[in-house]
Amino acid sequence: MTLKFASTAIFYSYPFYSLISNLLLKQTLNPVNIPSNILTLVAGILLTAVSLWYGQNHGLLPVQASEQAAQVDGLFNMMMTIATGLFIIVQGCLIFVAIKYRRRAGDNSDGSPNNGNIPLEIFWTAIPAAIVLMISIYSFEVYTQMGGLDPMASMGHKTPSQVLAQGGESTGMNMEGMVAMDAQRGSIALGLGATPANENKPPAVLIKVLGLQYAWTFTYPETGIVSGELHLPIGEDAQLDIAAQDVLHAFWLPEFRIKQDAIPGRETELRFTPNRLGEYPVICAELCGAYHGVMVTKLYVETPEQYQSWIEAQQVAQAAEPRTPQQVAVDVSKLSSNQYLQPYAQELGITPEMLQHMDHHQHHDQ
Amino acid sequence: MTAPTATAHHHEERLWWHFFTFSTDHKVIGIQYLVTSFLFYFIGGSLAGVIRTELATPASDVVSPELYNQLFTVHATVMIFLWIVPAGAAFGNYLIPLMIGAKDMAFPVLNAIAFWLIPPGGILLMSSFLVGAPQAGWTSYPPLSLLTGKPGEFIWILSLLMLGTSSILGAINFMVTIWKMRIPRMDIHSMPLFCWAMIATSALILLSTPVLAGALILLAFDLMAGTSFFNPAGGGDPIVYQHMFWFYSHPAVYIMILPFFGALSEILPVHARKPIFGYRAIAYSSLIISFLGLIVWAHHMFTSGVPGWLRMFFMITTMIIAVPTGIKIFGWLGTLWGGKISFTTPMLFGMGLISAFLIGGLTGVMVASVPFDIHVHDTYFIVAHLHYVLFGGSVLGIFAATYHWFPKMTGRMYNEFWGRVHFALTFIGLNLTFMPMHELGLLGMNRRVAMYDPQFQNLNLLCSFGTLLLAISTFPFVINMVWSWLKGPQAANNPWGGLTLEWQTSSPPSIENFDELPVMTSGPYDYGLGGKKADFSFLKPKQRVMAASAEK
Ligand SMILES: [Cu+2]
Ligand SMILES: [Cu+2]
Repeated sequence: MTLKFASTAIFYSYPFYSLISNLLLKQTLNPVNIPSNILTLVAGILLTAVSLWYGQNHGLLPVQASEQAAQVDGLFNMMMTIATGLFIIVQGCLIFVAIKYRRRAGDNSDGSPNNGNIPLEIFWTAIPAAIVLMISIYSFEVYTQMGGLDPMASMGHKTPSQVLAQGGESTGMNMEGMVAMDAQRGSIALGLGATPANENKPPAVLIKVLGLQYAWTFTYPETGIVSGELHLPIGEDAQLDIAAQDVLHAFWLPEFRIKQDAIPGRETELRFTPNRLGEYPVICAELCGAYHGVMVTKLYVETPEQYQSWIEAQQVAQAAEPRTPQQVAVDVSKLSSNQYLQPYAQELGITPEMLQHMDHHQHHDQ
Repeated sequence: MTAPTATAHHHEERLWWHFFTFSTDHKVIGIQYLVTSFLFYFIGGSLAGVIRTELATPASDVVSPELYNQLFTVHATVMIFLWIVPAGAAFGNYLIPLMIGAKDMAFPVLNAIAFWLIPPGGILLMSSFLVGAPQAGWTSYPPLSLLTGKPGEFIWILSLLMLGTSSILGAINFMVTIWKMRIPRMDIHSMPLFCWAMIATSALILLSTPVLAGALILLAFDLMAGTSFFNPAGGGDPIVYQHMFWFYSHPAVYIMILPFFGALSEILPVHARKPIFGYRAIAYSSLIISFLGLIVWAHHMFTSGVPGWLRMFFMITTMIIAVPTGIKIFGWLGTLWGGKISFTTPMLFGMGLISAFLIGGLTGVMVASVPFDIHVHDTYFIVAHLHYVLFGGSVLGIFAATYHWFPKMTGRMYNEFWGRVHFALTFIGLNLTFMPMHELGLLGMNRRVAMYDPQFQNLNLLCSFGTLLLAISTFPFVINMVWSWLKGPQAANNPWGGLTLEWQTSSPPSIENFDELPVMTSGPYDYGLGGKKADFSFLKPKQRVMAASAEK
């Protein structure tokens, strides 16, 4: 990420441009004496240090479970650093003028007649322009690394494995009322494709995701498994082909920093490599009806052995009784609210009794 | 300054009931707009109160999940179309003719029609609660909007078409009035910046609102006639709706903020006794924002059906908007710098606007970045961002403007102490309510949910507590406004010592605005230039009143 360093470095010539701006201010704006240049330089360095520190230590993001998450966080931290700097400068200016330029009792005169300064105005046009240019370039770079500009994904040419998978036509795509459901219809597939390193390679795991009110279901085309939970092996390049049965949904993995709408009539995709074992929430982020808030399930990132044994267990269980995604989906609207808070509860070690207690005053459950 | 003679307009005084009639006086219409939009602000605020009460606990335990969705749908619709947009029109109507020395708007009857579309549009929208209000969000994305409660959705569409028509009629009027009716000596570079802002706003309204109307009409066909423009079940494309919707609704953000940026550019110089810093930069940045505002809409669709290259295009255009916005913020700081700042209520709200809007602006650049937006789109981070822009920007601007022009509109002075209390409560309440939402979104809380992961409860409680403060803050405001309007001390014609033309007439202005054609003796912001200085009765409330009695 040389780009990241370059951009941070450019931005953090901060002390110097705050020095320049202060010189300008001294000449043009401020007839009264201002702090000495040394003091300005110290303030600038302090500002830089605080911004850099906060940009790295804000603690506002959940754990990173994929390489993409680390890239997005690097971008966010850089933007947070700049934002912190600008925040301190502007709020600091407001406080400064409020104290220094407050009208004193009995003073009926006007302030200074200064009504503009072209070099200064050019300066504060150029700096933000440079900053957003830098953020744009950095964002473009991260987006490319995430697979956002994968020509296969963004031009809609299906890789051989995808075509094969669709030939096998998973149960996930066989539902009535989806006349418009045709993955090839749009000329462009949407979402995140292969990372540059994986371009032109088929994914190691391919899963069909179907969103419906109010559940996510996962079909593994190779084995025919249909599940309400997503299991993925760690370190393997996984591709999710996302569809929606009824309305718009959005497939969101906060710990992976990735999200893509599920759109009825179109297929979208997310491709990523989990790199951290664990259990993560899968959240629907697009309003899909009254129970949108409980359209939640789990992603389990497992060791290859665990993953294999899960697959086998599911195959045994489902061989006797094949399932469709619709059967897997639980109708949450029929659940009481302590039941639909269940998925959260497990993750937090909250017992059903605690939820019961929380719901104590609840009356609307039918 | 000539003191208006009492006899000259004694027989044609404004009476209270004129405000309930189809008046064509722009001042009456302006106040009609303002009072109406404040009433809807309290309705929208009450809805938000119920929403935040529900969200105080993770379970869905206050209202049913269906009603919850109706509440946030109507909350957003009211706050946008019945509060902030009409409040902008309120000040446009009241101030533009006065600021440019005209007797009225270019098309007074059209103006009255534009206003009288709003109360029925608003009542219609509220009546939807009787049949089940719309519950697909104010964005009303199909297919969901086609599947949840037809009557409510249809009422929503009709109401928005009425309000949109009103907005277009208003915009035509603002444009023509500013363009054609300025007093002869006022060229475009000596007109108040509020007029520039209203030109930029009106241009956006005229260019984008018809596209929203188109989307709504097609949506109504899908809903009521079973067509499939947007319905995928019949081969339609829901993404096309999103493009059409955001082609209006992104510019709508600027329609909501630019008028108050304009108002702020009026308010800061007066209360800081300092010329506006960089008049032309601030004036033209409004036009640039309005132009760029038309080509950024798909940044609301970065996780939707938008291909990668298009996401990159809209990312870059969106980023660029930060530049003209920054010019304004720095220009305002430059205006305060070296001034003599009086901490009147309008000034406090004005400085509060800069402070809060800055946060919305900084997060705005962040969410413009596609990789980051993919994570936070449709989360509470966006809810935080948009409220810092619309509450921190527009709403604080409305309050600043209301206090600043209150003496002009009513001829009476508000109570400064309670004004400051109102500001303090609002500013603290706003930050308590919306600041924690950033963290909620980053950690994984999605928006538009009635039930949420219990790990987020503490932050949500904080937000709900902030909302309580905001609710409390409206009491000193309403009482101050009502009491001062009825019984407040009489205000001077120019209580702040302002240089724009509206301060050169009586408070409130006579029916024809100026008893004689006003003359520009100085530029609108020539403070400290040794030119004609207005009286300094703005200093103390007591003196303001004394100055008023001296004029009589
Ligand atoms: Cu959902
Ligand atoms: Cu936008």
